[in-house]
Amino acid sequence: MENNKAIVIDHLTVAYDAKPVLWNISCGFNKAQLTAIIGPNGAGKSTLIKSMLNFIQPITGSIAFSTMEDEQVPYKKMKNKIAYVPQNTTVDWDFPATVLDVVLMGRYGHLGWLKRPGKKDKNVAKQMLLKVGLPTFASRQISQLSGGQRQRVFLARALAQEADIYIMDEPLSGVDMKTEHIIMKLLKKLVEEGKTVIVVHHDLQTVEEYFDHVVFINQEVIAQGSIQGAFTKDNIDKTYHQDRNLGEGEG
Amino acid sequence: MLNQISLLLNDYTFQIVALGTGFLGLLSGVVGTYATLRKESLLGDALSHAALPGIGIGFILIQRKELSVLLLGALVSGLIATVIIQTMSKKTVVKLDSALSLILSSFFGLGLVILTSIQNNPNAQQAGLSNFIFGQASAMLLSDVQLIGVVGLGLLALVALFWKEFKVFTFDPMFAQTLGFSGKIIESLMSTMIVVTIILGLESVGVILISALLIGPAVAARQWTNRLSVVVLLAAIIGFVSGVTGTFISSLGERIPTGPAIVVVVSSFVFISLFFSPKRGIIAGHYANKKRQKVFMNQIQSLEE
Repeated sequence: MENNKAIVIDHLTVAYDAKPVLWNISCGFNKAQLTAIIGPNGAGKSTLIKSMLNFIQPITGSIAFSTMEDEQVPYKKMKNKIAYVPQNTTVDWDFPATVLDVVLMGRYGHLGWLKRPGKKDKNVAKQMLLKVGLPTFASRQISQLSGGQRQRVFLARALAQEADIYIMDEPLSGVDMKTEHIIMKLLKKLVEEGKTVIVVHHDLQTVEEYFDHVVFINQEVIAQGSIQGAFTKDNIDKTYHQDRNLGEGEG
Repeated sequence: MLNQISLLLNDYTFQIVALGTGFLGLLSGVVGTYATLRKESLLGDALSHAALPGIGIGFILIQRKELSVLLLGALVSGLIATVIIQTMSKKTVVKLDSALSLILSSFFGLGLVILTSIQNNPNAQQAGLSNFIFGQASAMLLSDVQLIGVVGLGLLALVALFWKEFKVFTFDPMFAQTLGFSGKIIESLMSTMIVVTIILGLESVGVILISALLIGPAVAARQWTNRLSVVVLLAAIIGFVSGVTGTFISSLGERIPTGPAIVVVVSSFVFISLFFSPKRGIIAGHYANKKRQKVFMNQIQSLEE
């Protein structure tokens, strides 16, 4: 495995029932870079993320992770080094919790079973709220947050994990421009600190401005590489305008 | 009347039974909070209805009303129902809500058929078996109350121990799993707690209404607070008070089944909470809206001037 890759996916095929959703995917995600996963609806972007997070067992293929110290390990050993940011629509925001409660959940992985978060964890959580620009929101009820604020709370929760790799499912969908800038600035800072950031992205117009690297997928890997090399009109057309019949209906 | 009440309150049997149903309500409040927040309140309903055939079959097997055997039967048929519901919703095109109501009514129907055929048999032992449908707390023995107490304390200890895990899993199960908490372990712990609570309540509250005791306190408590710990505590208190008060009402008159009496009390808590709670209540919401409208009107008027 190349040393500059944080995640290497090798000949991965995933199917729901008999329908293949991802077909023979091989791609890598560079360490300390911002990579966008791009593709139309139903291309299998979320499935790819879920496979990386071990939610879905692939039919064939493997996913290998490499730590910041260049050790190659399977997912199980990486758990505390990967932070996942789900789409913020996947949870019920009427859950009785404060913003600080939710951000604190990012510390739970380090604590392990049964141990309760302590003062140190609370300090980390508050620090992360400051980073996402919500320092006064700690005791705010989560049901009172706007869409952009919810996304930032989820980001703060991921930051509290103090991970090496950040995997995010459309963190910029449905947020206002101000939040988008705050989030992107934070992601760039993470990358400067040597962290790897992988983002499922849907807005083609901002790809060049925001990312270092791009992976085009539509059930198969259509193209991948640096923005300069791979983000071409040709590749975009191939990804979005190809009639594919491997499977359908998955987002 | 007053005399009658004080006589009842000082009655040893009443004290025992009220303690039992009170503690059961407390337990349902705590366990039910998680079920309600996870939007799985219907599962409890299906499970409890599905317990009825197990009770009947348990009786047929030993021809006696041995509580432990009947409850074991209830447990087994409840678990079978859960497996069928899960298989149906995951492996077939049947959606979860259809699977739930289908299994709920078919198992309950089967239970009624079995109980009726038992009642037609000349076995004097079967008297009181139908109490399991609506619940009859006065049938409770001291040993039953002790059982509820011991098992209940165990469940409460689990909630305290796995507080953080239950919290994160209830809010965001996918995220909880990426943290390394096995969804299978937490989910089976939570379902076991629901099943055990239901089984404990079958005798006093009955199969039809036990789920109301799971959902009601949680729904009422959620109206008054935005903190999970307070919701759980408040649901426990509401459950306890409902259990005791319901038993009291049921003991006042003759042949008032305990289950419905308890559920009426729980429902009044829910009703009051939905309408009158200060922030989330319907009335408070109405006035907040009116106030906002007024503010907007004033703003628009001041702009026009």
